[in-house]
Amino acid sequence: MKVVVAMSGGVDSSVVAGLMARAGHEVIGVTLQLYDHGAAVGRKGACCAGQDIHDAKRVADRLGIAHYVIDSEARFQQSVISAFADSYAGGQTPVPCIACNQHLKFGDLLEMARGLGAEAMATGHYVRRFEGPNGAEMHKAVDDSRDQSWFLFATTREQLEFCRFPLGDYASKAEVRAIAAEMGLAVADKADSQDICFVPSGTYAGIVEKYRPDALEAGDVVAEDGRVLGQHQGIARYTIGQAKRLPDTAAHMVVKKIEPGTRRIVVGPRGVQSPTVRLRDVNWLVEPRELHAAVKLRARDTLHPARIVPDGSGAVLHLEEPALAAPGQAAVFYDGTRVLGGGFIL
Amino acid sequence: MLYLDANATEPVRHAAREAALAAMNTLGNPSSTHAAGRAARKLLEEAREAVAQHCHSRPQDVVFTSGATEANALAIHALGVGRPVLTGTTEHDSIRAAAPDAVPVPVLVDGTLDFAALNALLTMHPDALLCLMAANNETGVLHDIAAAGRLCAAHGALLHVDAVQAIGRCNQDWLALGAASFALSGHKFGGVMGAGALVTRKGLEINPLMRGGGQELGRRGGTPPLPAIAALAVVLGEPYEAERIAAYRDAMEAAAIASGAVVMGAGAPRLPNTICLALPGVRADTQLIALDMAGIAVSAGSACSSGKVTSSHVLAAMGQGELAGQAIRVSLPWDVTEGAVERFAAAYATMAKRALRPQAASA
Repeated sequence: MKVVVAMSGGVDSSVVAGLMARAGHEVIGVTLQLYDHGAAVGRKGACCAGQDIHDAKRVADRLGIAHYVIDSEARFQQSVISAFADSYAGGQTPVPCIACNQHLKFGDLLEMARGLGAEAMATGHYVRRFEGPNGAEMHKAVDDSRDQSWFLFATTREQLEFCRFPLGDYASKAEVRAIAAEMGLAVADKADSQDICFVPSGTYAGIVEKYRPDALEAGDVVAEDGRVLGQHQGIARYTIGQAKRLPDTAAHMVVKKIEPGTRRIVVGPRGVQSPTVRLRDVNWLVEPRELHAAVKLRARDTLHPARIVPDGSGAVLHLEEPALAAPGQAAVFYDGTRVLGGGFIL
Repeated sequence: MLYLDANATEPVRHAAREAALAAMNTLGNPSSTHAAGRAARKLLEEAREAVAQHCHSRPQDVVFTSGATEANALAIHALGVGRPVLTGTTEHDSIRAAAPDAVPVPVLVDGTLDFAALNALLTMHPDALLCLMAANNETGVLHDIAAAGRLCAAHGALLHVDAVQAIGRCNQDWLALGAASFALSGHKFGGVMGAGALVTRKGLEINPLMRGGGQELGRRGGTPPLPAIAALAVVLGEPYEAERIAAYRDAMEAAAIASGAVVMGAGAPRLPNTICLALPGVRADTQLIALDMAGIAVSAGSACSSGKVTSSHVLAAMGQGELAGQAIRVSLPWDVTEGAVERFAAAYATMAKRALRPQAASA
């Protein structure tokens, strides 16, 4: 069949392209150019594309498949970077990779793949897709340490039908690298990508400052009774549950609440957590209904047993044990390895 | 594959291949004093004489370069010193990047030069260097170089012509029309990549970009690429069937219009081989990919070295708004055959039909 492979220039998606080609499919590699690399590294005259796009092209050459670069800068800017800064300015802790998956990879790119007459789109995500009795199911990757299902919860059922995730079955990244080496791909030893691709230096405050300088204005750190304990250098530097960057007067305390309107960071003793969590924009991968499931509230988090009650386009989680939930992060529902759905924490 | 991207590079002509091969079989560096060097030098100077003859110039006024990007940069470097530089808003990146602070000369909606604006700008900057392309690489629209030459002469300004897309397709005596210099590139008319030239009016002084070993009479350092130069010189004399190509062009254009396309620069005088087709509401990259998958090679806007298709600055300058990101360029090669018309028309119709379905128009 005709398959579009989303190629980032990294080892994972390169191997996916190779596996698809090896399986005899007609493979079309597509790389989304998400931002101007030259501008991101602050070097005048640097190519807009950067090494990753070059690598993706060389892999495509090696595999003998077609490859295209799609200009997605404007879309990425608006749906991911601006939204990222706005989220921080709203006192939340965003997950830009989810927004990128949702709007660019499984949104625009998937639409383009359909438009080109492809029958499927494959990506290098570590997650598994099974044909279930009621359509495609999303499951955690075999390698739990690589599992990316939490980042993919917003993939709709319709999109999931069209997707393929060949890497979810591999036991380790080492195995994927070995395949890359065996295929003769130069990216076999390439380092893993950073957490947030558009923040090359690793500090996101610069991005927030550029788009939402108001989120980096100083404000008060207050106790839950309103006493001012000290000052902070911008609400964007805090997330719920954080203990770092608090004044000495707030030792042993954590962030309880971020108030964008008054620019106040409310702190309190750690341990007191909420048993109910409200979610917005819930994506269901099963028929929406009240159910019991294990919920993951952060990318690296243990599972929390909960009762989930649909509520319009959102849902309410009733956790068996109170837990820390940071607004803007995702809450993803699992039944064993299967992803049942998820939403954004309000 | 049906190759319709001649403005990116024309297929190498037989004569060019033969000349390049002969040059490769000629041992020696033109700068060497021994017999082998003299043989290479003979080839180089014969090529220079041929170029001069075709371009109504003198051999000593032909500077070989690596291509048109270098020739354009060299012209601005040599002629723009102490002069304000004016450039058309639809110029190629090789001009735009070499004169980033240039005063822009606007074009009209059909892509032809706004001569009223040019006159006003030359009145303000009578000692300017005006850089103007003879034919636009994206739309094929021709600038009236004769009129520009007269205006420049009247004001005392210098004119440099980027003749890259016009040479071999609609040759003119650019120097007689008032150009102080013009740039050309061998592979754009059937030569081999790697050689171009800056041709100047008599005795114009050229300060080099790279001094090197003083080659090209001190105007361009570096060992000249003899095979590419020999090819360039020989293809200047090759015939070009403009009428035949224009007839195919017209037929392809009509077919594309029937499938929903809008022709950019329609109505303006244009190259015989170039069509710029906008398909309203459909991203240019989507069109390119669909056509490539159907085996048709065309291009769009100005492609970055990454291959990313950006919105066309040429169409933006023509005031085409959104269409600037929704247009492709079809440029017929010298060896195009009649069968290309039918194949292109069918592939374009299929692409447009699929792309214009409501759910697929994800622009």
